[in-house]
Amino acid sequence: MRALTFAQRNRKEILRDPMTLLFGMILPLLMLWLFSMMAENMPFDLFTLRKLAPAIIVFSFSFITLFTGMLIGRDKSSSFLMRIFSSPMTAIDYLIGYALPLLPVAFIQMAACYGMALLLGLPITYDAIPAFGVLAIISLLYIAFGLFFGTFFTDRQVGAMFAIFVNITTWLSGTWFELDMIGGIFETVAYLLPFAHAVDASRAAFAGDYSAVFTPMGWVIAYTAVIFGIAVWGFRKRMRG
Amino acid sequence: MEIAIKELTKTFKDRVAVDHLSLTIGQGEFFALLGENGAGKTTTIKLLSCLMEPTSGDAIMLGDSIAENPQAVKKKLNISPQETAVARNLSVKENLEFIARIYGSDKKEAEQKAEQLMDKFGLKDRAKSKGRTLSGGLERRLSIAMAMISEPEIIFLDEPTVGLDVRARLDLWQILLDLKGQITIILTTHYLEEVEALADRIGIMHKGRLRALGTLEELRNQTGQAKLQDVFLQLTAEEGTG
Repeated sequence: MRALTFAQRNRKEILRDPMTLLFGMILPLLMLWLFSMMAENMPFDLFTLRKLAPAIIVFSFSFITLFTGMLIGRDKSSSFLMRIFSSPMTAIDYLIGYALPLLPVAFIQMAACYGMALLLGLPITYDAIPAFGVLAIISLLYIAFGLFFGTFFTDRQVGAMFAIFVNITTWLSGTWFELDMIGGIFETVAYLLPFAHAVDASRAAFAGDYSAVFTPMGWVIAYTAVIFGIAVWGFRKRMRG
Repeated sequence: MEIAIKELTKTFKDRVAVDHLSLTIGQGEFFALLGENGAGKTTTIKLLSCLMEPTSGDAIMLGDSIAENPQAVKKKLNISPQETAVARNLSVKENLEFIARIYGSDKKEAEQKAEQLMDKFGLKDRAKSKGRTLSGGLERRLSIAMAMISEPEIIFLDEPTVGLDVRARLDLWQILLDLKGQITIILTTHYLEEVEALADRIGIMHKGRLRALGTLEELRNQTGQAKLQDVFLQLTAEEGTG
């Protein structure tokens, strides 16, 4: 109950911030439109909607990391966290309260990007339904990164960290170019991180190639668990002063 | 029932922030904790409000130990931190209802309590204003109202009037005077005239230790100084100076 009350407050804080709408919704849609137009003149199929749309949805989740991290960071710097730490809420209440409101945001991002892709010419398939489930799990990875950044950094530092994070998540995810085109250490490092796996899994899910979903999702889930674990540990430590 | 602080100590690596603090604060007392920056006031408040675990020692807060039963202690207290700690994108009413609900009120009860406190703290005409749009004085009032909405038995006010203009400060003093005697109030401040106007008793900390404890009159007699400022300076003077 307390967690839900806290989640409600966090939902209002996030959705009443106009930057949320601007960055979290409009920017990914704009990129989807621009890159899909480029696809017509590209010699390879990376920017075709069936490959681009799932990758852009995953890219849009980066902003969930920013929203979560900034919210926790601001709550720390304004002592709001201190106020609610002195309440009878538990660490689990806090983490559910911070994570829960981001899931509907992720669904809105998915629906908006998918809707835009349909308008641009992506054919409707039933594979989109399980793909939304896969994307919901992937969004937890980005929520976990947000909890991690918010727990260990101030709101100002989160802003700077996000600039690095969003570059890593896009350059090393295979969204803008095929990773095997570069190969070598770059590709190896990319596949040691979860972002390329997240993009691969979402593309495979939308294509209905479910056998290709499980291995990359294994990476995503393992990273999600580890990052959540570190964030929970850090949060509990902070609660104890 | 009272607040009994026993040999409370907090160390950070090689620095002792609170050093074997022992004192008793009576129920319903308005207690002011004074000290220079870094004297250990905020750490003491964090320890007493269970935001930090003590390195050693304990405090019994109206019957419950901060070391052994912090959850029970948390239900009895609330805090108005140094920064106002108001949710920026929530309205005045939503901020109040939010705190009421995390302390266990249902929706209807939270609404009723919010209405009552907005009345009491002169916030009713700004009920729908977002936290980020409030002036410093109104933000402070809201911060204290948020601390009061859980009907705490103990309230911690960490520098509640910092940054306020004279009128806003006097308005807030009146609100605090109205609360006097109803609940136990522990105040930290750098404004000595605030202490003179509000506090029943004063504790003066220096380098984590309690240097003096008593009513203003007792501290005046102890030091032979007439002004609280001189009392404070004398009691916090370094050894061999002053």
